[in-house]
Amino acid sequence: MNDLVHVTMTVNGTEVSHSIAPRITLADFLRQTLELTGTHAGCEMGVCGACLVILDGRVVHSCLTFAVQASGAAIETVEGLSERTAIADLQEAFHQRNALQCGFCTPGMLMTAHALLSQPGVPSREEIRDALSGNYCRCTGYEAIVDAIEKVARDRDAGVIAQASEEVSA
Amino acid sequence: MSVLTPLDRPNSYIGRSVPRPNAKRLLAGRGRYVTDITLPRMLHVAYVRSPYAHARILSIDTQTAREMPGVRLIATGEDLAKLCTPWVGTMDHFKGMKSPPQLPLPVDKVVWSGQAVVAVVADTRALAEDAAEAVYIAFDELPAVVDIDAARAPDAPVISPELGSNLCFHGKIDTGGVEDVFAGAAHVVEEEFHFGRHTAVTMEPRAIIADYDASEGQLTVHHATQTPYQFQDIYARHYGLPESRVRVIAPDIGGSFGMKLHMYHEDMAVIGLSMMLGRPVKYVADRIESFVSDIHARDHRVRARMAADAEGNILAMDVEDVTGIGAFSAYPRTSVVEGNQVYRLMGAPYTFRNYRADLQVVFQNKVQMSQYRAVGHPVACTVTERLVDMIADKTAQDVFDIRSRNMIADDAYPCTSPTGYQFEALSHHACLARLKAMMGYERLRAEQAELRTKGIHRGIGIATFVEITNPGPAFYGVGGARISSQDGAIVKITPSGDVHCSISVTELGQGTETIIGQIVAEHLGVDSNRIKVMTGDTDTTPHGGATYACRGAGIGGETALQAAKKLKANVLAVAAAILQDEPEKLDIHSGWIVDAATAQQRMELSEIARIAYFRSDTLPPGTQAQLSVAHHYAPQGYPFAFTNGVQACHLELDVETGLVKILKLWVVEDCGRVINPLLVDEQIRGGVVQGLGAAFFEECVYGDNGQLTNGSLADYLVPMAVEMPDIEIGHVETPTLDTQLGAKGVGEAGTAAASAAALNAMNDAMKPFGGTVAQVPMTPARILKALGHI
Ligand code: FES
Ligand code: FES
Repeated sequence: MNDLVHVTMTVNGTEVSHSIAPRITLADFLRQTLELTGTHAGCEMGVCGACLVILDGRVVHSCLTFAVQASGAAIETVEGLSERTAIADLQEAFHQRNALQCGFCTPGMLMTAHALLSQPGVPSREEIRDALSGNYCRCTGYEAIVDAIEKVARDRDAGVIAQASEEVSA
Repeated sequence: MSVLTPLDRPNSYIGRSVPRPNAKRLLAGRGRYVTDITLPRMLHVAYVRSPYAHARILSIDTQTAREMPGVRLIATGEDLAKLCTPWVGTMDHFKGMKSPPQLPLPVDKVVWSGQAVVAVVADTRALAEDAAEAVYIAFDELPAVVDIDAARAPDAPVISPELGSNLCFHGKIDTGGVEDVFAGAAHVVEEEFHFGRHTAVTMEPRAIIADYDASEGQLTVHHATQTPYQFQDIYARHYGLPESRVRVIAPDIGGSFGMKLHMYHEDMAVIGLSMMLGRPVKYVADRIESFVSDIHARDHRVRARMAADAEGNILAMDVEDVTGIGAFSAYPRTSVVEGNQVYRLMGAPYTFRNYRADLQVVFQNKVQMSQYRAVGHPVACTVTERLVDMIADKTAQDVFDIRSRNMIADDAYPCTSPTGYQFEALSHHACLARLKAMMGYERLRAEQAELRTKGIHRGIGIATFVEITNPGPAFYGVGGARISSQDGAIVKITPSGDVHCSISVTELGQGTETIIGQIVAEHLGVDSNRIKVMTGDTDTTPHGGATYACRGAGIGGETALQAAKKLKANVLAVAAAILQDEPEKLDIHSGWIVDAATAQQRMELSEIARIAYFRSDTLPPGTQAQLSVAHHYAPQGYPFAFTNGVQACHLELDVETGLVKILKLWVVEDCGRVINPLLVDEQIRGGVVQGLGAAFFEECVYGDNGQLTNGSLADYLVPMAVEMPDIEIGHVETPTLDTQLGAKGVGEAGTAAASAAALNAMNDAMKPFGGTVAQVPMTPARILKALGHI
């Protein structure tokens, strides 16, 4: 159990390399080893969505992924998306609409929203609510989150905000 | 010419939808929660927990565990009892209340399944968990007291024999004459209600790091709590430390809702573990631990009757509430407050004067039940509002009409409820009228009738509520609990003319820092972006009650307002000395000292600050500029600022499956002066969703032997986006005259009445079938049972 294994991966564009215990989850690796605390853990069983990250272009639960499974992969967390301003319009809409209170669910919400809006078309409110059904928020009434995502979807569609299209699937 | 509103004045921020500056940090993933904090040489604790709901501890064998990798300390109840004095969760003003003494970890027996028994401290949490598995505890299982009736039975095993029975508290209210009123009433309705246990499920679980430095005798605690001063007091008193040597820091908090203001055994143990080791020790509950050790809420069985005359005028209520609180009363706020608010808030919106109630608070072998968002409100509101609907049925009146007939008139204030609550000014009729218009009531009823003919069954339910906010010292202080009803603010001007404000009310995501910034900016006369607000650190902020019972805006905001005015007077005195003018002739606008009459700019605030801090030699002799003020405010006047409102729920019931689609919620709320509508509305919506969770999904389910059977987020249902409707909100504003600010609380309003509105809507939908429900959560199985399908 305590024999260490070596993992190498690209996290937010930077290659990282560490020796870790094989039982370390990707969530713990990001949070504890790399001190990237933007990714949160709420349930550690794949239901709350607080821990969502992008792994090779797909949104995955980092609490259900072992760090060794992610070896060789490219990972992006909320910090990375923030720094390269990929979700700046979403963050601004969340801010203006007060689509967060304690902010603990928020990185996961942004990941889901980012993945949803990377698909073609403008999702309806029902589709947004449906897409968010793997993200628990205990503070808001969800409505502000739906409003914020809906606004960005419409703005992007109208070309108000030029956004390099990138494919991210849920 | 345009009409000027108060919002057109310079620096007018109160009443504006200002986004929260601190939210940007959270959106960038730069929140700093206790779960994120790592200290040098920090260790981690895992607890060995009891598998039994009730058992004697025969022996504890830690030999194997001690030798496992990374283990630094294994501590038992006896070890911690040497350092920590016991606590008892009672308050004097609940006459006859009793509860057993508690210690961080039990010494001889366990009283609920999941109770922490042994602490294992190791280099990492994983290593601590490995070693915890190797601790062997021999238990002698005792009969578990689970059901509230079983707990009260004469031959029931007594959980704490020294108390003599399983009754924690017995309360009675009787205005007299109730029997006679019921005997002579034209209509009497009666129901037995069941309210399940549910729990807070904060997305960030409980988290704490205790760091004891023996060289200075200093204890620093990073604690995910809403009430840091309360814990400073508790840690100092129970561990025998000077209060000035105990610092509690509450950084970003990932959800709280009342759950993070109670004393938890594991948290108390962490303090002792750090003292034993002289190193920082961190405890973060995992989700299963949260389910078995966070406080649970509600758990009531209420039998209630309501009497009315032939026209449907309510004459009296008669209520019997039994509530189960676990094996002891929570500390330091006690577990009686919930039941106390249930039986005092019954019937609060209505005019009747005859009321009788009996409250029994009983011990059982479950985790503690205590204060959670909208303490007691949903229970009182659901019982009252369902009975009112039943009277409406009996007298063939519309649910709006029966309420307007019986609600206290908007011009009848001040007045007192039969239970002794003093209402300064409520607005039930205005809110009801507003709601009816907002929801398009007549159209909904017509649509409902038409859809019924097609086999589509929709229900419309409304619920009126009264919420307790801005509690004064009568809430906890009179009972002897060291919980403050006052708050403090320190506001200072920096040498460059910026404003720094540290306050005792805490930020939990509801926007405290933002509204305090708005209030200070407006009353001091500066731009809000020049204000920094600090919260949540007992070393750097003044003492105060912090955030509980909806007091952040009403009490914390008033404190900041008064502090800002005091500081402004100081600034103007210095400015007058420099400008050779009268202070009364000056004012501050947007960081400039201006001529009060003409608004002409005279001198920048930053210039005053520069002179005061760096060139005091140029001030007139005898001038000592006071550009920092400390100010405290405690509520006076009314013991509480009651708010009111009304909610409506529209839902569709599938009578074949018992599944429900919640179509829409409407809320009209009167919280007095609204400081930031954007934040207020989202608070209400969040509260509504928690109320709907209680109504339809959330329940801590126990087996007969006292085991929690759904302790994970896969088994315990919390409301998700896809199940929640859009929620429309309207406001009526009746400011309290007790404060200059006029704000009352709003954080619990959403939760207070959502389940009541939902229950009434469900019964409305079921009307064609003759079944009724009087139990929450209204699960599909319970609905099908009510419909007679199973
Ligand atoms: S922590 Fe991964 S889904 Fe909840
Ligand atoms: S903002 Fe607190 S959990 Fe979503």
